[in-house]
Amino acid sequence: MADLSKLTELCVQVRRDIVRMVYNVQSGHPGGSLGCTEFFVALYGAVMKHSRRPFRMEGKNQDLFFLSNGHVSPVWYSVLARSGYFPVKELDTFRKLNTRLQGHPATHEGLPGVRVASGSLGQGMSVAIGAALSKRLNGDPRWVFCLTGDGELQEGQCWEAILFAAHHKVDNLIVTVDWNGQQIDGANDDVISLGNLPAKWKAFGWDVLVLEEGNNLDAVIRMLRRAKRRTGKGKPVVILMKTEMGYGVDFMQGTHEWHGKAPNEELFNKAMAQLPETSLGDY
Amino acid sequence: MKLADIVSTEKKATRQGFGAGFLEIGEQNPEVVGLTADLMGSLQMQHFQKAFPDRFFQCGISEANMMGVAAGLAIGGKIPYTGTFANFSTGRVYDQIRQCIAYSDKNVKICASHAGLTLGEDGATHQILEDIGMMRMLPGMTVINPCDYNQTKAATIAIAEHYGPVYLRFGRPSWPVFTAPDQKFEIGKAQLLASGTDVTIFACGHLVWTSIEAARDLEAEGISCEVINLHTIKPLDEEAILDSVSKTRAVVVAEEHQRNGGLGDAVAHVLVHSLPVPMEYVGVKDTFGESGKPTELLDKYGLGKKDIIWAAKDALDRKKK
Repeated sequence: MADLSKLTELCVQVRRDIVRMVYNVQSGHPGGSLGCTEFFVALYGAVMKHSRRPFRMEGKNQDLFFLSNGHVSPVWYSVLARSGYFPVKELDTFRKLNTRLQGHPATHEGLPGVRVASGSLGQGMSVAIGAALSKRLNGDPRWVFCLTGDGELQEGQCWEAILFAAHHKVDNLIVTVDWNGQQIDGANDDVISLGNLPAKWKAFGWDVLVLEEGNNLDAVIRMLRRAKRRTGKGKPVVILMKTEMGYGVDFMQGTHEWHGKAPNEELFNKAMAQLPETSLGDY
Repeated sequence: MKLADIVSTEKKATRQGFGAGFLEIGEQNPEVVGLTADLMGSLQMQHFQKAFPDRFFQCGISEANMMGVAAGLAIGGKIPYTGTFANFSTGRVYDQIRQCIAYSDKNVKICASHAGLTLGEDGATHQILEDIGMMRMLPGMTVINPCDYNQTKAATIAIAEHYGPVYLRFGRPSWPVFTAPDQKFEIGKAQLLASGTDVTIFACGHLVWTSIEAARDLEAEGISCEVINLHTIKPLDEEAILDSVSKTRAVVVAEEHQRNGGLGDAVAHVLVHSLPVPMEYVGVKDTFGESGKPTELLDKYGLGKKDIIWAAKDALDRKKK
């Protein structure tokens, strides 16, 4: 078991990174990034078996992660850097010309940790399924993880993927839905209601887990481990993870307003004051 | 290289060539896997599926997901071949190909049948005439449209050896077979079919045969045609194009595709920069197709033998002025 207090401290540092990265270039997506910080820290810090260096695209005998909602790149980049995939100081290049840390994740510039571009929504699950099938063909016993947004489930391709994974019994796959109930134009329920999500996934043949406390690090770790134990039984596993958009910065919390907006200097200082400095240090 | 040496003794569909090549490469290379979106039989992928059921994935009618799954399989070191109609292999899934395959540099082979007007009676909904344009615009994409059964089979085998995304285009109808059964397909290498001095006819896909027939008629009228099969539209064999055109100084490009964005535009792009000469397009003129028999459609939409002959004469007239 990884040290929970260290990972808790890492969550705070990742949130500081997110706010600074977005503030520095006055663009990016802080809301969703802050909301799934615990998920990323849990996954990379306590759940996945993964090699940082050298990074290998095929990830043989490693657990793989695919991010479908690529706009939460700040949280992923911060966690990748602080997990040793690339220098932490490179976070300062986020969204700047010639960076490997593109606005949305990409492989084109060779950033370690990223295996496919994402950002055009609804596509990541399909890729994760393909990677999981590849592991099956290769006799590789490790897992494939995928994070998808909830609003993203409005894309038809998601439901194609959900059908496919159940039909082909892709049971080395754990998909997590960042169920924060928000998207760019407002609440999911006001944009296009997702209805009864657990019932929908269940009806499509998945093993469905619901996590009420997606911003409780310990609960996230325990849920991801539970999900791993549920694999290998002929069904793909999904965790419907309730989170709060903007979690950790009070004025960004629980609203879609900060989906894709950067704070001004005053609000940046206000946000940072709520996220105490850590022993890990800023980039 | 003479027109008289080109002989066709049988007709077979290029999609059958794909099916045969797919089985063969499956036997040679265990990393090759297949996917289809409910069109296994139409693409003749059942031979591979029967031989390697564990390496074949039926995706159902969900092409977008199929492209993503293929990208994921490629991440794990597999060489996925996706199979569906050209329309559903390109326009329907352009964004999936763009983001997860082309931009992400995934080793996926997009195999597309029933391209162009020769799909026939199903009509314009299925007769895609824009696919070459869409695919050649994508950075890093290789675009291939072989001319007959044997060449499609050889190309299907060859693309597994090439790392990177490939769009392999072929068709539905029975079509004359005239290239060698044991040929080695070289991606990006133009195929000189007949040497000539007055005009160069570049073509791809089904219209290579039509171009040969047109060249024979032109030869009977005393016009010497060089016929070159540009089966690889991207990367284009610029050297072969310039070598030929610097000799003939008159060009026709024939393709079963819109004039906009296809092989003609690709050739024009080379010539306008290095060697501007009279050039005529044989392609569809900014319109959709319709139901009908393949040869009826080719004639109606200006892709027949007579159209290539007229185009060659037009180019020659302009050269003489």
